[in-house]
Amino acid sequence: MEIRERFAVQPHELDSVLDEIRGIDSLNEAVVLSTCNRVEFYTASLCPERARVDLEKWMERRAGIRPPLYCHDTPRTVRHLFRVSCGLDSMVLGETEVLGQLKQAYTHAAGAGTTSRHLNKLFQNAFRVAKNVRTHTQITRGSTSVGSVAVELASKIFGHLQGRRVMILGAGETSERTARSLQSRGIQSVIVSNRTFDRAARLAEEIGGMAIHFDHWHKAFHEVDILISSTAAPHPILTREKLEPMMRERADRPLFVIDLAVPRDADPAINEIEGLYLYDIDSLQGIAANSRQIREQEVQRCEQLINHGVQDFVGWMRRLHQGAEFSIFDSRFSNERAAAE
Amino acid sequence: MNRLLLAAAALCFLLSFGYTLFALGAGKFRPARFNLLAMLGGFAAQSAYLYLRGLEVKSCPLHTLFDLLIFLSWSITLIYLIVGPAYRLSLLGAFTSPLVLVLTLIALVLPHPPASPTPFANPWVEFHAALSIVAYGSFGLASVAGVMYLLQERQLKNRKASPLLYHLPPINDLATANKRLVGLGFLLLTVAFAAGFISGLPVGGLKFGASGLIWALYGGILLIWRIHALAPRRIATLSVGVFAFALLLLPGIHYLSLQRP
Repeated sequence: MEIRERFAVQPHELDSVLDEIRGIDSLNEAVVLSTCNRVEFYTASLCPERARVDLEKWMERRAGIRPPLYCHDTPRTVRHLFRVSCGLDSMVLGETEVLGQLKQAYTHAAGAGTTSRHLNKLFQNAFRVAKNVRTHTQITRGSTSVGSVAVELASKIFGHLQGRRVMILGAGETSERTARSLQSRGIQSVIVSNRTFDRAARLAEEIGGMAIHFDHWHKAFHEVDILISSTAAPHPILTREKLEPMMRERADRPLFVIDLAVPRDADPAINEIEGLYLYDIDSLQGIAANSRQIREQEVQRCEQLINHGVQDFVGWMRRLHQGAEFSIFDSRFSNERAAAE
Repeated sequence: MNRLLLAAAALCFLLSFGYTLFALGAGKFRPARFNLLAMLGGFAAQSAYLYLRGLEVKSCPLHTLFDLLIFLSWSITLIYLIVGPAYRLSLLGAFTSPLVLVLTLIALVLPHPPASPTPFANPWVEFHAALSIVAYGSFGLASVAGVMYLLQERQLKNRKASPLLYHLPPINDLATANKRLVGLGFLLLTVAFAAGFISGLPVGGLKFGASGLIWALYGGILLIWRIHALAPRRIATLSVGVFAFALLLLPGIHYLSLQRP
């Protein structure tokens, strides 16, 4: 991480970096991808060996240390890019954020004039392969973390989440993470209630919510759409007897209860109440695990589609250059190499 | 030729339904484009049939039970094409196709009606009849939304990840669609009744009672919604049940329309 930080390219630096790279004679084209998980340089050159050396020197000048790079030749570069665009190289298998980041990186490079025929074709193919993979496989199906499963379920109940209100009972870390996931999808109103009011107030301030005393949480119940519970109570605090009258007052507005506590805060019987949907930690983790399993099963099909894409592109390169030497290569940071040195 | 058009329509709806079943079973459903195209194809074939039939009878083709079923099927498809994309209920077409398919198939089984000109007593009667069936079309689509609501609600209560859970729309959206379609149907039916009164055509007590009962049942659903007297799940069940009841009554109402008091 420390090494990658030295070579990371911040968004405001991208223009100047691309400008400097354009000044490297041996490089014909370049796209820089710099995210929190990777720093990669996709380049095209008539003299790949010289270009690699020049790129290393440039990086060393920029960061002050020798970059622990590893480079791939054309077919491997193409395959790697296609895998990245499809989310197969990401920490969360099948995640889609990286495709947006790739598109941004490419658009920036194209705007700065550091792409031409080869990288234009390569990246357009990468986006097409990613779309194919998404359409014909289930690699992006479902959510793979508790927080994202909760967001997905909330969306299946309420549709859009803007304007919805969340209440957190018990200001724990997991509740906070789940609330933040929901906030990232548009929830703006969060009420925090905890046995210790100070802790509730602290969390409320951090996430831009409002704190109320634990004894009064039921008074705000009628305003709430999503209830996240994670207290340390030894017995259920959300019981059918307590919630049924409150649900009647809500008319026909559904309530999504997320019980993250162990032992459970919610009596399972409350799931039978009309309009109330209860998910405990087991069911959320089960859904996440199921999604991960489905994605893993899809990897082989994705690789087949990627293979087709690689063959198409490499075939195009060969026809274009008719035996002449032209390479696309990518340079990435290798944590293993850095550790060895 | 006419029956071929209906067969073509049925084939389009069958393709839509078959594709939905296959794709959902394989867990890779991509509803919007294919179902929309299939429904458009079916609608085009139905419209062509109704046009030709209208030329045969020299009026709106609503004279026989056969005509009613086709017109109803056409109305449901029409309402879906107008409101489905607006609600972004991409799976609505997939769920609508079996209903319109069944109606079309039932009509195909019935003997084809005669092609003799059968004008209505006056234009208001024609308008009343046509609008009533379009209203039924809206109720039909509301019942489809109701079925989808009940399915999605069950998926959410069961707490298991399934392809259906991911592809069905949010239950809030389905509840809203259900309510709006019932409201639209109720409005159309009210206007249709007004047209019936304006026509001056005498109406038998039994027909008036049966039609009025359907109108009152849907009015009741809207009232229940307004005063929040029932949970959305029960209202969805009601809208499905009342439409099924209305379908059963339809042949009887039609028969009584042909009798004069």
